[in-house]
Amino acid sequence: MGPSHPAMHGTIRIMLELDGERILNSEVEVGYLHRGFEKTCEHRTYFNLLPYTDRMNYVSPLINNLGYVMTLEKMLNIEVPEKAQYIRVIMSELSRISDHLTCLAAMAMECGAFTVFLYKMKAREFIWDVIEQTTGARMTTSYIRIGGVRADLHPDYEDVLKKAIGETKKVLKDVHGLLDKNKIFLNRTRNIAVVPPEMAINYGWTGPCLRSTGVYYDVRKAHPYLVYDQLDWEVPLGDRGDNYDRYMVRMKEMEQSMRIVEQAMQKIIKTLRPSPTMAKWLEPAEAIRISRIQKTDKKIRLSPNLEGSEKDAYPDILAKDRRYIVPPKEDTYTSIEGIINHFKFFMKEHGIRPPKGDVYFSVEGGNGELGFYIISDGTDRPYRLHVRAPCFHVVAALEEMIKGHYVADVIPTFGSMNMIGGELDR
Amino acid sequence: MEEKKVKILEELKKTFPDKIKEASAPFGDETIVIDRDFLVILVDFLRKKPHSYTMLLDLTCIDYMDRKPRFEIVFHLFSLSNNHRLRLKVPLPDEDPWIDSLTFIWKNANWLEREVFDMFGVEFRGHPDLRRIFMYDGFIGYPLRKDYPLRKRQPRIRLRK
Repeated sequence: MGPSHPAMHGTIRIMLELDGERILNSEVEVGYLHRGFEKTCEHRTYFNLLPYTDRMNYVSPLINNLGYVMTLEKMLNIEVPEKAQYIRVIMSELSRISDHLTCLAAMAMECGAFTVFLYKMKAREFIWDVIEQTTGARMTTSYIRIGGVRADLHPDYEDVLKKAIGETKKVLKDVHGLLDKNKIFLNRTRNIAVVPPEMAINYGWTGPCLRSTGVYYDVRKAHPYLVYDQLDWEVPLGDRGDNYDRYMVRMKEMEQSMRIVEQAMQKIIKTLRPSPTMAKWLEPAEAIRISRIQKTDKKIRLSPNLEGSEKDAYPDILAKDRRYIVPPKEDTYTSIEGIINHFKFFMKEHGIRPPKGDVYFSVEGGNGELGFYIISDGTDRPYRLHVRAPCFHVVAALEEMIKGHYVADVIPTFGSMNMIGGELDR
Repeated sequence: MEEKKVKILEELKKTFPDKIKEASAPFGDETIVIDRDFLVILVDFLRKKPHSYTMLLDLTCIDYMDRKPRFEIVFHLFSLSNNHRLRLKVPLPDEDPWIDSLTFIWKNANWLEREVFDMFGVEFRGHPDLRRIFMYDGFIGYPLRKDYPLRKRQPRIRLRK
């Protein structure tokens, strides 16, 4: 089976030894998507390697950004403004929803429920509208930056977000109706590939797959980061650890994620963002000309792709320490301090140089504990960067899970694990 | 929480005074450095109650090219009941980088050790099936070692039949 089998989304190859339809033995072969992420990172500066993290779990890139950035923040001891923390919570929960939606959509489609697939993809589009509106990209976001986030939330984000949540809730209700008591779906999921909790722990499972076996472990509760401890939410658990429980836990988790997003939306500090089109702002060229003669305090219009990262928004979205953040473009354009700051940040051998040592930090990704282990030797590049990919541990158990089942059971089992090639192979 | 963390390091130092080479907590992550011949005994001790580090979170290797010993295997253990992470470091010399496999304790060690073998060429003694995992058979060298150039090219290999 695979590496390019229609049901092997993400390239992976499973060699099966069969007796009729029954699987006697199997061997999983991974590595088709190995791009040398860790090696590449050793040759990039801490700031430059951020976009590579997008390309790991490409369904929830924002959580990858967050994991990397927070590891570095732990090392540099940076304090992130409260608003940026709420933005990060909203963004990572939206990513989690889109991650779970994709996983379950593919799983259901492979069982023949194409309607469910289309419904979930529709919901995911609404979620991605919110992400796109604020970050400017659908997948390769690179939005969460060291010290905060790249830009403030879009002025109209609330409407779009409310719509996305409303639509997702509708879709989840429909999907519950379509699948929960569906005989065909139940035959392929109930009591198939049952994983007892001891086995899950032994395999190092985390995330929804571990929780489906009934083990209470969520990084957001166990080692709270950001503002998760100030919000009110629950960790859904399964009891049998079969395919159906993995499906159910993900469905329930999406509801909890929406609860978190709704609360964060209430609690987030609202700051009015002046619209550049309304006010009479200086054009960049004009501002540069004036700044050669005298200092100007007038507002400067930025290029549209810098929307949201105006100087006024900086205190809300980025840390104060100028050593670790890109200075506002207004300063870079018009003042000597700003331009020195800019060059000091981007110049080779300058920029972000964490102290010597090693640090491990993890966030709750879509698949489980997404950990980053960074070793710094005091220069502007990581000496070594290792990612603890959650689905690596999950997929490692596949061989044992499908043993003795039918070939047709491989598909939903594999689907329920949410294997993401980019994250698994790195 | 803070007090408890210190306790574990202290306790380990007390139990195995001559075996723990170093115990520290850089950036708040508890780390102990041990020799490779002590690894299995220590892991077996940590796995049982009351410490119950039942989960192998992560296993990786670092190549300090100019340092002796050159390699360092890093384990991250996690205890669900105590909600605590512990880092184990085992230095390995350049000449014969081998370490005992932990596959008989943790099943995910199988793939993790294959990854380290693939990327660094560290031998895991007692591993049931030590092959490359991400790279193909016939790949020359160990890509994550520091002396492997970033843009090195590999010779062509024959298609598998």
